Amino acid sequence: MATCAGAALPVAHQAKSRAHRAGGVCCVQVHDLSVRFGAHWAVQHVDLHVHCGEMVTLIGPNGAGKTTLLRALVGEIPYQGTFRFEAVHDAAHATTPRVGYVPQQVAVDKTAPVTVLDLFCAAVSAWPVCLARRAGVRAQAAAALAQVDAQALLAARVGALSGGQLQRVLLALALTPVPDIVLLDEPLTAMDHAGVQAFYRTVSRLREQFDLSVIMVSHDLAAAAAVSDRFICLQQRIVGQGPPHEVLTEPAVRAALGLPPAPSLA
Amino acid sequence: MMNFWHTLVQQLPGDWTQYAFMRQALLAVVLMTPVCALLGCVVINKQMAFFSDAVGHSALTGIACGVLLGLTEPRPAMLLFAVLFALSISICRRYAAASLDTIIGLAMACSVALGVVVLSRQGGFQRYTNFLVGDILTVTTAELRLLALLSVVVGAVILALFNRIFLTSVSTALAISRGVPVWLVETILAVVVALFVMICIPWIGLLVINSLLLLPAAAARNLARTTRGYVLWAVGLGSASGVAGLLLSYYLATATGATIVLIAAGVFAVSLLVRRWRAAA
Repeated sequence: MATCAGAALPVAHQAKSRAHRAGGVCCVQVHDLSVRFGAHWAVQHVDLHVHCGEMVTLIGPNGAGKTTLLRALVGEIPYQGTFRFEAVHDAAHATTPRVGYVPQQVAVDKTAPVTVLDLFCAAVSAWPVCLARRAGVRAQAAAALAQVDAQALLAARVGALSGGQLQRVLLALALTPVPDIVLLDEPLTAMDHAGVQAFYRTVSRLREQFDLSVIMVSHDLAAAAAVSDRFICLQQRIVGQGPPHEVLTEPAVRAALGLPPAPSLA
Repeated sequence: MMNFWHTLVQQLPGDWTQYAFMRQALLAVVLMTPVCALLGCVVINKQMAFFSDAVGHSALTGIACGVLLGLTEPRPAMLLFAVLFALSISICRRYAAASLDTIIGLAMACSVALGVVVLSRQGGFQRYTNFLVGDILTVTTAELRLLALLSVVVGAVILALFNRIFLTSVSTALAISRGVPVWLVETILAVVVALFVMICIPWIGLLVINSLLLLPAAAARNLARTTRGYVLWAVGLGSASGVAGLLLSYYLATATGATIVLIAAGVFAVSLLVRRWRAAA
């Protein structure tokens, strides 16, 4: 089984990493993961090694299994295979990863009496949201929102947020407490290209700050290419992976994405 | 304790306070309605309204089971059946391919039919119609003790699980990613709702019990901005509707459960107007 050996991380990443990672290079390992729905394999034999501080984007056509893979890693659907976190570079000390998940959508309707602060309190504290608030949670929520440039949204109702604002709030929530890996499922609701770019820049800044592994699903290839270390093209299996612009020239990947053959550079 | 309550209520104005059954009924309402409203908030958040309705209707089968077992007091059989009903729907939901709506619809249809068939044997169904309408004026001191105990337990369980239930209603995947045992939490919630609905049915009536859960919470949803406001409004409106409904039913000589529900419906209508008025302002 492969380990994290050989990961060449910028020194800055390691300097900012948490204490238990100080001595080594950490990574998240997905080994031979498959998901089956009845007789149909939605995801088959996926191997992924994502180093701390690395940002990987899953691309692929609709129905390729991108969201299914994330849902399996979150633990929402059963899967075959393993998903481990190695804090030091030793497979024997692998643990179950602490996942920070940014869902595609939330079931909060437009008029629901749920504020951003309510959502935070419910997620980070056991003290019932419906009773008087404990001191400290508000400050914690405000600090987490400040990280994603959304401090103004603390008292806003979740149902009244725009798609981009909701994404930022959910990202702040996923980072409280700091997880081993962030799984980010891009919303299907329309967000303009500039909004997507700004959001990805925030994600990218935070993964450097916290030395985070990030796996995201994206539909905006240009915006994702600008911040990702690696693209992984999924169509049930991994069809291609590597630096974004190289992957996008591979014939198998272009075929999977329904793109015309790459123009010759010669 | 009971003596203190009776003395206390006798200080209140109105000729109804001279009747012990009214004072007992008032205590039952005061114990029941806040918990119903709290449950209603959670039921609406979790979109379980159909489930709580189905549980109410399954009371008939519970009573029928009691009759078949030869029990004189139907309540233990009702409570046991409600727990089984909630558990089996929870289990079906986990393993069956059908949608939850379909599962609940089927379970309700079957259990109501079974209950009616057993209870109507030899034309004896009239004996059980008081479960349809309910009668809170017959509540006994022993029943009040049971109700008080269950109110405290159910309230405590819901508060203890409130945040986890809340997260699962926002996003199941988000809840799972934060370590919430979603199925367990949902099953406990289903059992608790079933138990409390069942304990209230002999007093409120199975025809209207679900509205007593839903209406205060639905009205609170129109008035509140935060989750805390939502629950506080619901508990306040639920209790107020309960007390007002009890007194009105005394003066109008109507069924108490239905009167409470009508008042709660009126409160809901007002809350709609308030929301529209606020939106326009």
